[in-house]
Amino acid sequence: MNSESRHEEHMHDGDCANCPNRMSASDSEPPTRRRFLNYLLGTGFVGTAFAVLYPILKFITPPHLIEAAQNSVTAGKVSDLALNSGKIFKFGNKPGLLIRTASGDFKAFSAICTHLDCIVQYQPENKQIWCACHNGQYNMSGANVGGPPPRPLEEFVVNTRGDDIVVSKA
Amino acid sequence: MKVEPVTLWLDDRLGIGSIAQLARKKEIPIHRHSIWYYFGGMTLFLFGVQVVTGILLLLYYRPSAETAFESVQFIVTEVQFGWLIRSVHSWSANLLIATLFIHMFSVYFMRAYRRPREVTWLSGVFLLLLAVGFGFSGYLLPWNKLAFFATKVGTEIAGVIPLIGKPMLRFLRGGEDVTGATLTRFFGFHVAVLPAISTVILAVHLILVQLHGMSVPPGLEGKNLRKMKFFPGFLMRDLIGWILAIGVLAALAALFPWELGEKADAFAPAPAGIKPEWYFLFMFETLKLLPPKILSFDGEVLGILGFAAGGLVWFILPFLDKHQRTRRRPVFTVIGVIVVLFIVTLTIVGFVS
Repeated sequence: MNSESRHEEHMHDGDCANCPNRMSASDSEPPTRRRFLNYLLGTGFVGTAFAVLYPILKFITPPHLIEAAQNSVTAGKVSDLALNSGKIFKFGNKPGLLIRTASGDFKAFSAICTHLDCIVQYQPENKQIWCACHNGQYNMSGANVGGPPPRPLEEFVVNTRGDDIVVSKA
Repeated sequence: MKVEPVTLWLDDRLGIGSIAQLARKKEIPIHRHSIWYYFGGMTLFLFGVQVVTGILLLLYYRPSAETAFESVQFIVTEVQFGWLIRSVHSWSANLLIATLFIHMFSVYFMRAYRRPREVTWLSGVFLLLLAVGFGFSGYLLPWNKLAFFATKVGTEIAGVIPLIGKPMLRFLRGGEDVTGATLTRFFGFHVAVLPAISTVILAVHLILVQLHGMSVPPGLEGKNLRKMKFFPGFLMRDLIGWILAIGVLAALAALFPWELGEKADAFAPAPAGIKPEWYFLFMFETLKLLPPKILSFDGEVLGILGFAAGGLVWFILPFLDKHQRTRRRPVFTVIGVIVVLFIVTLTIVGFVS
């Protein structure tokens, strides 16, 4: 093998550590070119990976659905709700709790327990609001009085229009 | 037809000979703790039962909020042996978690996670997480009331984690609330994502077990222990266990068929006496016992972060127990006993309360 063909071989390898001295001028050239190509390749890979992963990440994040802002709702009829009882009603797509107290007053709260998102219920025997999931208790003002709930229930305003019970956000 | 050339032909192309060689070489040390060696294999067998019964259920199950409950109802009432397949799937899932826990704690107490088996331990804990993920996602699929609230609470717990909590909650639920979108997602996790990841991690776990052979507890290390060939001696004993497991599963399915309950309703209060699956009970009870506020933090946030931190410590255990050669490490045994007692006590409290 003559020196020229050996040089060619080295050029192919991109490694010129053993090149003859006369090639010293181009010694630094191949590593730089290689670095440049590696840089291009690396950037290409990162770019491609990003172009593939970004739509996937966006895809798995559910879109925000715009809900029609609902400020009041007819939660039920006065004649349907017995004294000292409660019922769940739909406030938009969230559950609300409507209570008719023993004295005949109406109260309405968000039915979503402030602890871990369960749906609460009215307990007529204890005259309190109770969450079955972790035994959370709220009084008739919606204040958290027992168990793990950290905050009171959101309270709504109740008006009666004829037989209709209208609940609205304060 | 001659048999020899066929095996030779296959060996030539697939290298079966070397696998057979490996099987012949594999030995199980025999000592007073050998019984614990069976629980890994038992967990693997139950995983196989899950794959088979899961694929069968897929033939009839329809994953949407409108059809899921009815399709499971159809499986257990109309499809021939549907009640059996569905009950076996549910029971086997629970037994799998139980054998997995036994396997993990036996590895812990025999300190089998020591060098060079750290990665085996890491892959094992990862498999535990996957199994819990399977359990949590599969629990929702019948779309009944209990499952609905369990999923609400479970995903809400994920949402409590600072910073990543809220995006994670939306990712898990497929929106702000638990809806049909959540069911579709959980179905995808349960039958595609988790099985794919589990297959890879399980392969790593099993290859590592073959690579390192069976671990011997520190107290027995270096002693001249009797050995049993894996094939056929140990495998035959494994098989007896598996046949017993089939019997137990069939008996449980027949005597205590898994209930379907009532269809989920997003506008009904949580039913009284609601409880999560038994393997979440100790965490459930802990969250129930924590006060609403600890200093200025929400009790449940601290509880959840505490469990996350505990899980992380458990995961990196092999790197904490560094003294490879010390025979006794009472600290780690004591910690292990405390962990077991904590889990068992609070699980019992959860059952009776």
